[in-house]
Amino acid sequence: MLDVHKIRKDFPILDRQVNGKPLVYFDNAATSQTPQVVIDAIVDYYSNYNANIHRGVHTLSQEATDAYEIARKKIQTHFNTKHTHEVILTSGTTHSINIIATGFTNLLSKGDEVIVSALEHHSNIVPWQMLCERTGAILKVIPMNEEGELVMDVFDTLLSDKTKLVFTNHISNALGTINPIKEIIDKAHKVGAAVLIDGAQSCPHIKPDVQELDVDFYVASAHKLCGPTGVGMLYGKEEWLNKLPPYQGGGEMIELVTFEKTTYAGLPHKFEAGTPNICGGIAFGVALDYMNSIGFDTIAAYENDLLAYGTEKLLEIEGLKIYGTSKNKTSVISFNLDNIHPYDVGSIVDKLGIAVRTGHHCAQPIMDFYKIPGTIRASFSFYNTKEEIDALVDAVKKAKMMLS
Amino acid sequence: MTIKEIQEEIMDEFAMFDDWMQRYEYMIELGKSLPLIEEKYKTEDNIIKGCQSKVWVHAEMNDNKIEFTADSDAIITKGIIAILIRVFNRQHPTEIVEADTDFINEIGLKEHLSPTRANGLVSMIKQLKMYAIAYQTQIN
Repeated sequence: MLDVHKIRKDFPILDRQVNGKPLVYFDNAATSQTPQVVIDAIVDYYSNYNANIHRGVHTLSQEATDAYEIARKKIQTHFNTKHTHEVILTSGTTHSINIIATGFTNLLSKGDEVIVSALEHHSNIVPWQMLCERTGAILKVIPMNEEGELVMDVFDTLLSDKTKLVFTNHISNALGTINPIKEIIDKAHKVGAAVLIDGAQSCPHIKPDVQELDVDFYVASAHKLCGPTGVGMLYGKEEWLNKLPPYQGGGEMIELVTFEKTTYAGLPHKFEAGTPNICGGIAFGVALDYMNSIGFDTIAAYENDLLAYGTEKLLEIEGLKIYGTSKNKTSVISFNLDNIHPYDVGSIVDKLGIAVRTGHHCAQPIMDFYKIPGTIRASFSFYNTKEEIDALVDAVKKAKMMLS
Repeated sequence: MTIKEIQEEIMDEFAMFDDWMQRYEYMIELGKSLPLIEEKYKTEDNIIKGCQSKVWVHAEMNDNKIEFTADSDAIITKGIIAILIRVFNRQHPTEIVEADTDFINEIGLKEHLSPTRANGLVSMIKQLKMYAIAYQTQIN
């Protein structure tokens, strides 16, 4: 059982006030808050062993290199990758996706097909559209239904020997739907297609096992799971990462450089040109330790309880409609009030100290599907409480009163 | 009334309120007095970019004074554009171009100047001034 009052003490920001009210932070799907242990790790790095890594022989550089590589090991263990060098540290999910989308440029030809889901964040749509423009490949879309779930029957009909790549998120950022990724991966593999899963929204709630999933690429950002911004990971199966060309040229990613020819370094350095976010990488590892010390099963059970409570309480408000009603979803509630614009509701709710997201959530195709300009999205984390949900419900009621 | 005088009038009105709720309610009320844009002008071209909600603005010049009409699909935004139009409506283009808009801070809408939302208000002011610059060129 999770002791939320004890956990809240780990997050200094939760003590602050906004507009004279205690902060209620329900924008966790955008970024999570940072526990003191992670803040301490960042301070410790800059206070005690800030140095460039992988090349210095001096003590500081070796300490920083060790800490950075320990972080990579932690990521390996967390995601259960087969090899440590299959973990590439990046600046975040978007960077990770772009490495793969760019890498496939020479592996696709005109008429090849790639499949995306209707539930994607723009960052898992646009890089592939750019890939299609470069190669002449065709982008196909797995449609969604009213509940915000992927229509898997249609997915079956989209697959063929022309399919080279399938990419979808594990969990939708706008609606919280948990997608049937194991089924997607297995079916894609049957026609010989590679699969990339965007784990930006799943990693705060679920501990994915990439070997069990047999996924080709899995990507995530540290800042969604209590780590700092500007750092993330790309997991790729060794054979794929060896096949793909480097994304950027620079230091760190080379073996030998002459003006005639350069040979590239092996994995993971081939994809890590330039000085990385050293401190961020180390703090990413500490964040994973922190979340694992609570336990992902405990986190999921607690958040599901918040989701059930929040759903019930919000639906008591007349005229409130929830978008994304799949039975398989995480603690995200996307909603609108009658015909009131989400921006209006968001503005009032913010005045009451509650942080929610309003707008299209970088997923315009989903909003087009529902024919709405956007939603108000409350996303709960394991440090949130039912009392905070009550505060949200009161705030939404107040907004409704002012705006109707 | 000059732009300055109208701004002062609005500041006096907002000074009557003690808290943000009353200010917002008044702003929503002001939205109802907005000179509404004709449906035919609610085109993609007349949408102000950079707002989370949709804002359409149309401008015409009569007797060297600009007449604005507008609408929005969000009512707080409608209140904001109504305040701006009340300030700039039926003013000479040069007056509009040269006007400052610091009164926004005084009426407790400062947060609408911050990024993301802010884009909204900043873009609205910019768009109204763009119309003024265009008509100024016409006069000259």
